[in-house]
Amino acid sequence: MWEIFFVVLAFSGLLCLYRVGAGPTAPDRTVAIDIFGTLVVGFCALLGIMEGRDFFLNIAIAWSLLSFLGTVALAKYLEGRGFDE
Amino acid sequence: MSEIGIALISVGIAFDLFGCIGLVRLPDVYNRLQAATKCVTLGTCMILIGVPFYVGLNAIGIKAILCAIFILLTSPTGAHALARGSHRSGVPLWEGSVGDRYKEDKEGGVVEEGA
Repeated sequence: MWEIFFVVLAFSGLLCLYRVGAGPTAPDRTVAIDIFGTLVVGFCALLGIMEGRDFFLNIAIAWSLLSFLGTVALAKYLEGRGFDE
Repeated sequence: MSEIGIALISVGIAFDLFGCIGLVRLPDVYNRLQAATKCVTLGTCMILIGVPFYVGLNAIGIKAILCAIFILLTSPTGAHALARGSHRSGVPLWEGSVGDRYKEDKEGGVVEEGA
């Protein structure tokens, strides 16, 4: 059963990576990278259950924080303004 | 309790998969953002809420609850910033779209201020 979970999540990640490669504009790629970061958080939670250790959840919290910062920075860059407004 | 956890994790992974299918299949950056952000936020939060039902309230469960609250706060914020940024950078809508309320709001607001 856990193998099915991991395979389905990895297939979802592959769909996101397809959109990163084939997206016609830059915001498509940014959206796909944001969604991929959220998927990795769920993957880390499943790994934490499987291994029974808690540092995978530390990785998940740090990854969600960095994904949010990257998304907001790329959105401000797409908007065409400086970063300090 | 572990059956509740496994049910929550299964439904969350199904929502993740459907959101990523929407990310590939939909025609426009705004449609993709709408489908993928809502589905994947709900799916990952259901996985993270299912973790403490499965393992109990130890270090893994409490960190999973904290991570779920954090994602529930930050993911809609990032999606809103992305939609605003992509609209302002001039990404065109899909040709089948029926309205652009943000553009109408900006243009209409300027006209009303001038009149």
